Amino acid sequence: MLLQQIINGIVAGSAYALFALGFTLTFGVLKIVNLTYGFYFSAGAYLALFATLHGAPITLALPFAAIAAGFIAVFLDSALLSRLRRQQAPELASLMVTLGATLFLYTGMTALIGSEIQRFPLGLIESAPFRFNGASISLTQIAIVMTAGLLAAGLIGVLRATRTGLAMRAMAENPQAGELMGIDTGAIMRRVSFLCGAIAGASGVLIGLEHNAITPYMGETMALKGFAVIILGGLGDVGGALIAGLLIGLLEALTAGYISSIYKDAVGFLLLVLTLWARPFGLFGRASVRRA
Amino acid sequence: MNLFRPILRTLFAAAFVTSAGFSHAADPLTIGAIEILSGPNAKYGVAIKQGFDLGVEEINAAGGVRGAPLAIAYEDSAGSKEQAINAARQLIGRAKVPLLLGPTLSTEMFAVGPIANQRQTPIIGTSTTAIGVTDIGPFVFRTSLPEADVIPGTLRAARDKLGVKKVAVLYGRDDAFTKSAYDVMKTALADLGFEVLTTETFGAKDTDFSAQLTKIASLHPDAIVISALADAGAGILLAKQALGLPQNVRAIGGNGMNSPKVLEIAGPAADGLLVGSPWFVGKSDPLNVKFIEAYRAKYGSDPDQFAAQAYDTIKIAARALNEARDLSGDAIRDALLKTKFEGVMGAFAFTPDRSPAVVSGVLVLEVAGGKFAILK
Repeated sequence: MLLQQIINGIVAGSAYALFALGFTLTFGVLKIVNLTYGFYFSAGAYLALFATLHGAPITLALPFAAIAAGFIAVFLDSALLSRLRRQQAPELASLMVTLGATLFLYTGMTALIGSEIQRFPLGLIESAPFRFNGASISLTQIAIVMTAGLLAAGLIGVLRATRTGLAMRAMAENPQAGELMGIDTGAIMRRVSFLCGAIAGASGVLIGLEHNAITPYMGETMALKGFAVIILGGLGDVGGALIAGLLIGLLEALTAGYISSIYKDAVGFLLLVLTLWARPFGLFGRASVRRA
Repeated sequence: MNLFRPILRTLFAAAFVTSAGFSHAADPLTIGAIEILSGPNAKYGVAIKQGFDLGVEEINAAGGVRGAPLAIAYEDSAGSKEQAINAARQLIGRAKVPLLLGPTLSTEMFAVGPIANQRQTPIIGTSTTAIGVTDIGPFVFRTSLPEADVIPGTLRAARDKLGVKKVAVLYGRDDAFTKSAYDVMKTALADLGFEVLTTETFGAKDTDFSAQLTKIASLHPDAIVISALADAGAGILLAKQALGLPQNVRAIGGNGMNSPKVLEIAGPAADGLLVGSPWFVGKSDPLNVKFIEAYRAKYGSDPDQFAAQAYDTIKIAARALNEARDLSGDAIRDALLKTKFEGVMGAFAFTPDRSPAVVSGVLVLEVAGGKFAILK
């Protein structure tokens, strides 16, 4: 049972981390808590569902959904936030705009396609789990763990080793100074938005596949957990989000397995409160530097 | 205003006459119905309305009620308590109906029941299964078997027919309906002498049940007793399969899992699931066969449990309206309590507490090959 619970925890934790990677990147570079991020997650799942219902294999539906969600993110970001950014509106105003927009988008999506739970077609991906030592793991679960790990490594690589990454970090540090140094901040923002939307969309597809439960509000539920993960990992910290996600997932699984499932949801948030109390900038956060 | 009222009333009534044969006859006797006819839960209300309408057609073909055709004035609650309350005020206060049918959900009944009760207008829920519905007051009736009757029947069948002794329980802790069904399960499991190995919970929005099921698997139960709505229930069945729990470890569900949605989402993982149901489309007694034929002829589809309950209820209501000494709330209430009826759900009478008295109609269904079938 311990081995299986550790697998359960790593899979759930990777799912949290996968979702949180883009969430934390948006914050790190664009400096806003963008609540529409949860909507990109739901939208990605529905786009892939739509594609697979029309006969597309998952290998095609997943990239399609990710790219489409990326463009949705670019569009929404420029429609909702670019004006506020130009006027240098306070962060609270941006937060409220994304809150209002996300409620509008969820409601609109519900009106359009209904609130009933849907699933990807049966047999879209091999569902028989691999078994070893009495434990089991499915292909989708392996994909979630691998994607979370590779994506985190890839993002860190891009941020540290490329010119775009350097520009992103410069913007995270000080957008005005960045602009004065000749960085096209608008283009970088669009790239970051696209990347975040695509990550959200892809994680929506993978998590929708794993749980067989696609609903308009799936992003809202996930955003609450994602919020805990990015705060725990340090706002804007990609590596921190990965570790914090895994930590919360493992803690939840072990709590449900060895203490009681009643406390499963509470334990992640308890960890959050305790961490913030001891380390106000998150487990890996540093007070003075905003990291991206 | 007074001049127009009779005209308005005639127009209102004429709009709801469902049988063309009575277009020239006496004013119809109009009763009210509050159901969910729009929004995400409309499938329940529409099924109920179709059951009512088929029943009204047959009642009027056989001479109507008290020498007049029977008609139903429908109000849509859209699943909202506030809208249901407005509908009840409109039907009782303005349309002055002697009897109300509905509403669809137990939560709506908890909002509407007190109003009907205060105005002494009898109200009959056809699909309200939660604990405490008829405790609202002496004018609140229900014809649906409450969970408290259906669940013990299911568990008894699992024990006697499948030899289930040791069970694990998994329930939704933050939903009124799944928690109420869990309370019934807990009592029934104790009464029937089951050994409960563990009791686990999940949240209404959870989609990951692997931690709870891993723990349950490690205890090797004969069956898992689940109180969940259709979507979470299906997710649990899928996770049970993914974690490699053997097929012969049965899942036993409450009314929330008695839904085609569970089969649609869980697919082959639903095979072996047991649920209790007050009615089943494959029941082969002559009354049921006749009902299904008439329903198919009128609507071109199979009835579900909600349509069947509504069909029986309108017949029960018509009989009581015929027998009542007048159309006052007290007279109809007394007549309902005396009504004995044989319908598609089996023998029917009300208990003094205004719930169904006969529980022999509970059927235990098993999922096999992706379909519900009566457990043999």
